[in-house]
Amino acid sequence: MNEFVQSSVMFGVFISLMAYEIGRGIQKKTKKAFCNPLLIGILLVIVFLMIFDIEYVIYFESAKMLGYLLTPATVCLAIPLYEKVQLLKANWKAIIGGIAIGTFVSLFSIFVIGLLLRIEHVQYVTLLPKSITTAIGLGVSEELGGYGTITVACIVITGILGNVCAEWVCKVFKIKSPIAKGIAIGTSAHALGTARALEMGRIEGAMSSLSIVVAGIMTVVLAPLFASFL
Amino acid sequence: MKYLKQMTIILAVTLMGEVIKYFMPFPIPASIYGLILMFVFLMTNVIKIENIKETGDFLVEIMPVLFIPAAVGLIDMAEELKAMFLPIMLVVGPVTLLVMIVAGKVTDSLIKEEENDE
Repeated sequence: MNEFVQSSVMFGVFISLMAYEIGRGIQKKTKKAFCNPLLIGILLVIVFLMIFDIEYVIYFESAKMLGYLLTPATVCLAIPLYEKVQLLKANWKAIIGGIAIGTFVSLFSIFVIGLLLRIEHVQYVTLLPKSITTAIGLGVSEELGGYGTITVACIVITGILGNVCAEWVCKVFKIKSPIAKGIAIGTSAHALGTARALEMGRIEGAMSSLSIVVAGIMTVVLAPLFASFL
Repeated sequence: MKYLKQMTIILAVTLMGEVIKYFMPFPIPASIYGLILMFVFLMTNVIKIENIKETGDFLVEIMPVLFIPAAVGLIDMAEELKAMFLPIMLVVGPVTLLVMIVAGKVTDSLIKEEENDE
């Protein structure tokens, strides 16, 4: 099996799309928020690789084409943002305020938990950038001397969790306006959460996209300061 | 040739993002510079929305799937994750939810406040 996958150009891409489509089918049938197509897609690919004993690097080699599209796709998040720019202009104080406080809460609560658990400095700075988009988070972690790989893992888990819980959290905690929903999702769960926000609505998606940028840049500025606390 | 033209424009802006990243000392990825650039170009009418709309919407729509290959990589990190299991569990779950709730509630109440002012 490994040999075939190694020779195939499209295998990894196909398996990924297929797994996601199955996930969507399951969500349509069950209508449960935790039957999230992305989560199911990831789990199905993992199970498939285990059953057929395919190494991750070999799968990744034939699926990485999907990852290449991530940069232009992120650039295109400017489109929903542009279309909702009137909302941004009318509510900019609330939007920037929400993202700033969210970013601060993220860094501060990691500091408090770090203090309580008495974790080492290396572990602390590894965790600090966990709510922001992968590429920025990895850069911040490495700059502060953290373990990049673990930071990436935490960022991905954060994103999946945010993606899965977004709708439930908004409902239970009565986050009502679509703007606030978008800010909540983008600030806590970066691009992976934004993928869910875009499915919830165009405004949610636009505001979540904006939060990735603003929260990311704020963290670049604030993380070195927080790193000196512990 | 609508789609080809749209893709060319999108990749041109992406490439500009990569050029900026190359010259900047910050840990900010090309995609973020590209997103900001694209937004500025749209606002200043340098790029018209019709010239990127369909292809751009397609890329945004397929975004969740684009994360699958990297996320599956978690299986190769099992060892490293085990070493920091407790702090990771305590930080990732509760902090993510807390940030989501606080950011959402704060934005919600600030929006209401502004509406009341007007």
